[in-house]
Amino acid sequence: MYSVEQLKYISTDIRKKIIEIAHSAKGGHIGGSLSSVDILVALYFNIMKHDPSDPSRLDRDRFIMSKGHSVEGLYCVLAKAGYFPEAMLSEYGKFNTIFYGHPTLKVPGVEMPTGSLGHGLSIAVGMALGAKRDKATNRIFVLMGDGEQAEGSIWEAAMAASHYKLDNLVAIIDNNNLQISGHIDSVMRLSSLRQKYEAFGWNVVEIDGHDFHQLTEALNTTPWKAGMPNLIIAHTIKGRGVSFMENSASWHHKVLTEEDFERAMDELNHSEKEAI
Amino acid sequence: MTPSKISCRQSFSRALCNIAQKNKNIYVITSDSKGSATLENFEKAYPDQFVEVGIAEQDAIGIGAGLAKTGKRVFVCGPASFYSSRCLDQVKVDVAYAHSDVKIIGISGGVSYGALGSTHHSLHDIAVMRTLPGLAIYLPCDNYQTTAITELLANYSGPAYMRMGRNPVADVYTEASGVVFMPGKANKLHEGNDCTIIAAGEMVQPSLGAAMLLEKEGIRVRVLDFWSIKPLDADAIVSAARETGLIITVEEHSIFGGLGAAVSEVVVQTVPVPMKILGLPDEWAPSGSSRELFEYYGFTAEKISDQIRSLMKCKQRK
Ligand SMILES: Cc1ncc(C[n+]2csc(CCOP(=O)(O)OP(=O)(O)O)c2C)c(N)n1
Ligand SMILES: [Mg+2]
Repeated sequence: MYSVEQLKYISTDIRKKIIEIAHSAKGGHIGGSLSSVDILVALYFNIMKHDPSDPSRLDRDRFIMSKGHSVEGLYCVLAKAGYFPEAMLSEYGKFNTIFYGHPTLKVPGVEMPTGSLGHGLSIAVGMALGAKRDKATNRIFVLMGDGEQAEGSIWEAAMAASHYKLDNLVAIIDNNNLQISGHIDSVMRLSSLRQKYEAFGWNVVEIDGHDFHQLTEALNTTPWKAGMPNLIIAHTIKGRGVSFMENSASWHHKVLTEEDFERAMDELNHSEKEAI
Repeated sequence: MTPSKISCRQSFSRALCNIAQKNKNIYVITSDSKGSATLENFEKAYPDQFVEVGIAEQDAIGIGAGLAKTGKRVFVCGPASFYSSRCLDQVKVDVAYAHSDVKIIGISGGVSYGALGSTHHSLHDIAVMRTLPGLAIYLPCDNYQTTAITELLANYSGPAYMRMGRNPVADVYTEASGVVFMPGKANKLHEGNDCTIIAAGEMVQPSLGAAMLLEKEGIRVRVLDFWSIKPLDADAIVSAARETGLIITVEEHSIFGGLGAAVSEVVVQTVPVPMKILGLPDEWAPSGSSRELFEYYGFTAEKISDQIRSLMKCKQRK
């Protein structure tokens, strides 16, 4: 188990790496990567049973990145966790590498190729159902976006998860209130996510998605109720950690200028010093 | 050729704004895609003719079909990859089968999205859309043609699919050329009787380039712009087969089921001649920008002309 301080330090380091690889690739989806980082760090460093030296171990916990566009965050976390050398990340954005702009099975540690939104929860339901039928004790985690909740397939999966009493399934929503076109509620109102999932038979917990105490507590204690699937609504800030990106829809997939890059790295270096 | 500063999707959105000013029945639906479709101006100017549905492509097509049945002419606009797969059942039943007045505008088609990978590529769209009776399929190659096809769609009451690329493209047509595009009528861009290149969309430009290169060597290549994949200009194919004896198709699509397949279906049943289908092979593309992928798969004037040189050698040997 890492301490909260250590997790914070790792997260800041990963934020820097995200900015670096997005900058060198002249692309990427930075905003959503930065809002998901702390969730991913909590999962890969403190919560999940997994073995980077044997990514296909049968008893592993599984993670599906349904919001596949936040791929820089996933790549940097997988590297830091030891699935492949961090130095390989410099290949991101180059021709003919394993690092596409969305996760693929070419990258060690990736369970499923994602990028077309709205697929992850169904896949996780399948994995959780398989584990149940095999009487396995591993857990299945899936991370979705809040804009992504507009995809109808998610609600089909939500229904199946409670129908099959998949308490080994832990869904997390990166609730940063933004999508490409702006505020979630101006694009397609979500109203109460909690009530919607509760009505579908889920147990729902709301936390601050950047607070490692709350993340660890919520993620460590499932199933919260036997026979019910678990949903964590993680309140997050899109672009978290770089002041000029925070809560700004344009940083969904904006490309960093040289000046943006310097400023972002300065801020993150500063945060890193504070974390020590 | 002069590289244009704007992309086809921008020409589309400009043209549609102009049309919507006069025609209040023109509606636009987006699914968190108004930025990628460059339709922010449309929303600002005509908020009552604009509907955002969130990230929900199936819903977008269904809502479009419903709106169309209340007398609107609906343009549903978003990434070609998702609109040709996620909501295919809605496209088949609610748009094509129901003959709804819905135009599906697939933006950033083919490998436009480059390194974002196969989830975002649409190399299957022509194959699947082509099997839906009554659905017209158009692929503009430049800005002039995009504007023309957009106007055509705005004056047509049936279902259609238009696929455009993401990046700015060089002009194939000029305003001055005054070419008029008729559905089901290919446009001859270059005369020749040694062989024929049939191309569509962004592949027209390098195909024309290949013809220019070969002309210097005395090889006269006929180049046909098959922007209207459905209806298909069978007469132009039959003439090409008869008069040139060798047909090469070039498309930013899988080699299966697309333009090459459509052309070969006509050729084998009328005037069988040798053909070569250039497109993306049966594999998931490597990571790379669309430009890198064009290079890798040989979609450049030089590489297309290389293919033709060796095909011409075989033809002459016979
Ligand atoms: C099926 C599908 N439709 C559209 C897109 C394009 N797209 C990529 S990211 C995105 C917005 C996602 O918003 P959200 O789920 O809130 O993610 P986050 O804010 O965490 O980045 C969209 C529309 C897609 N990848 N897949
Ligand atoms: Mg969001």
